Amino acid sequence: MHNLIPLFIVIPLASAFLVPVIGRLIKGFSKIITLTAFLCLLLLSLNYIFLSDFSPIIYKIGGWEPVENIPIAIYLVLDSFSIFMLCIINVMAFLSALYSVSYIEKYTGINNFYTLLCIMVAGLNGIVLTGDLFNLYVFLEITVIASYALVAFGTEKEELEASFKYQVLGGIATAMILFSIGLIYWYTKTLNIADISEILQTSEDHRLIEFSQLMLIAGFGLKAAIMPFHGWLPDAHSSAPSPISAMLSGVVIKAAGLYVLFRLFFNMYVISFDIGVLITAIGTLSMVVGVFLAIGQWDLKRLLAYHSISQMGYVILGVGMGMLILAKNGNKTLAALAIGGGLFHLVNHAVFKGLLFLNAGAIEYTLGTRDLKKMGGLYSKMPVTSVTSLSASLAISGIPPFNGFFSKLIIILAAVQARFYLLAVLAVVVSIITLASFMKFQRYAFFNTSAPKKVIKEVPLSMTAVMIFMAVLCLGLSLLILPDIRDSFLGPAVNVLLDTTNYSTVILGN
Amino acid sequence: MSPIVKKVAQLMVGIIFMYGIYIIVHGHLTPGGGFAGGAVISGAFILLVLAFGSNVMNLKSREEGSSVVESVAILFFLLLAVLAFFIGTTIFFSNYLPKGNIGELISAGVIPLYNIAVGVEVAAALFTIFLALVIYKEEIST
Repeated sequence: MHNLIPLFIVIPLASAFLVPVIGRLIKGFSKIITLTAFLCLLLLSLNYIFLSDFSPIIYKIGGWEPVENIPIAIYLVLDSFSIFMLCIINVMAFLSALYSVSYIEKYTGINNFYTLLCIMVAGLNGIVLTGDLFNLYVFLEITVIASYALVAFGTEKEELEASFKYQVLGGIATAMILFSIGLIYWYTKTLNIADISEILQTSEDHRLIEFSQLMLIAGFGLKAAIMPFHGWLPDAHSSAPSPISAMLSGVVIKAAGLYVLFRLFFNMYVISFDIGVLITAIGTLSMVVGVFLAIGQWDLKRLLAYHSISQMGYVILGVGMGMLILAKNGNKTLAALAIGGGLFHLVNHAVFKGLLFLNAGAIEYTLGTRDLKKMGGLYSKMPVTSVTSLSASLAISGIPPFNGFFSKLIIILAAVQARFYLLAVLAVVVSIITLASFMKFQRYAFFNTSAPKKVIKEVPLSMTAVMIFMAVLCLGLSLLILPDIRDSFLGPAVNVLLDTTNYSTVILGN
Repeated sequence: MSPIVKKVAQLMVGIIFMYGIYIIVHGHLTPGGGFAGGAVISGAFILLVLAFGSNVMNLKSREEGSSVVESVAILFFLLLAVLAFFIGTTIFFSNYLPKGNIGELISAGVIPLYNIAVGVEVAAALFTIFLALVIYKEEIST
């Protein structure tokens, strides 16, 4: 069972390069192989989340055993936090690929699309699994280079410009991350995250390490589009094909940005109060400013993209508060509540923002426009899209019984209990403004009487099926609030972040 | 291009190609390896296209060929890595072939095979990129 971990990288990579070879000869092969591969990954990750015994599984590539307790091999580490992220990635990847089956027909170069999608998923799985800092960088590059190409997939002027902007800013982020990794390697003489963690815990504070922390926050902040670094996101997410927007917004900014930030700052560095303040501050900033930027947008996908920035702010706020409490040696259950709220919102955001982007894609598919002013009256013409987007809108604005309500509630409760009253008030206010901007979306897209004159039909079955399934997930994920279910899915992932030094002792102990 | 350039290119290409192969197969013994050797090999192909030129249709078919070769090389690499999975050892990327004597050409187990796969992949990929740029320029000018 433990030997199956590399399959998370092997399967998507193999299907990615089978597509251009065999897809040339057989029409439709690319769709079948991609769906099969993603289904395998989905089953594999579900298997791990349901059957895991919550102890990390360590896989040494090439079978190189540590010499005198110094790790030599590149490690793949599958702990509860990784499993949690793997599930999000592979569920979203499968749903996006299924949605693309009809959606992508209007583009040319379908084989290239599926190749790039597979490469992106391989990179994401690698980021989440790897226990080696440089390997992390390599997988990060695999992911973002595939997403540069996917953003530019339409090859119109707007898409190319967005992709160019993304590449320039992404390149700066990459340079900062690589520089920071170099500094860490210089200081600790190792690249294994667990090994680095052990060295940093015993060594005294050093300016170099603080500098590398700031570089990493800037670098991964750019990948996660946290507020001062968000410039590329609205363009890139709105001009990509819709299933890719759902992947970028639902998965890529989380796995390539937030996951790495949390993993490195909790499990590699020694937790410090200053960094906790910084992370919480930028989280709050992006939560508040993101929503104000969103409410004035008339381009549907741009509006959703700005909301991604704002909702990522919630996640960072929750986890950042947990970090502050941990750094002050505060109440551990309170820290667990805050971090749990953040991670809960992370999975919820993946589902409802993914669904909203797919809805936007469905509207664009039939109407050919993303401008809210040119829509209207779609409620009767496209009932499935309308109902699913209503449920996603309610979820993102935090209306019970949808999942967004519960995660926001936990974050706000944690903020109040930890006496961060200002943050709690801001979180409530932002949620209300979010509701306002999604009422605007619903009003102009679906319930407006001035309907466009085009003949409109509901989108094909593969698209509606995915949207319905995700709407059900929006409701179903609320169950994560129940203590029993929370303890078996969310709890272990939170514990990984909570026991900050446990990661290195477990990995080096094996 | 003039006959002088064509003749010199013809004479040089074989040597450059051989040198690329030399770097690839000695990857586990000397500096260099798959990537460096692959870049040299693609240089030989690029030199031929530059010296002799070609019409766009011909280049397009060549580009398709080289991109297929590229994918096949990656699949071969992946197959080598995954084979370790199934042959007894059950460890991804393990070196399952006999290691041989240090310093000999045929030694170090699977590493030379990986180098060859990487070399073919890099040569094909760089050549594909070059052809894509040439085709783009031709299409713009016509």
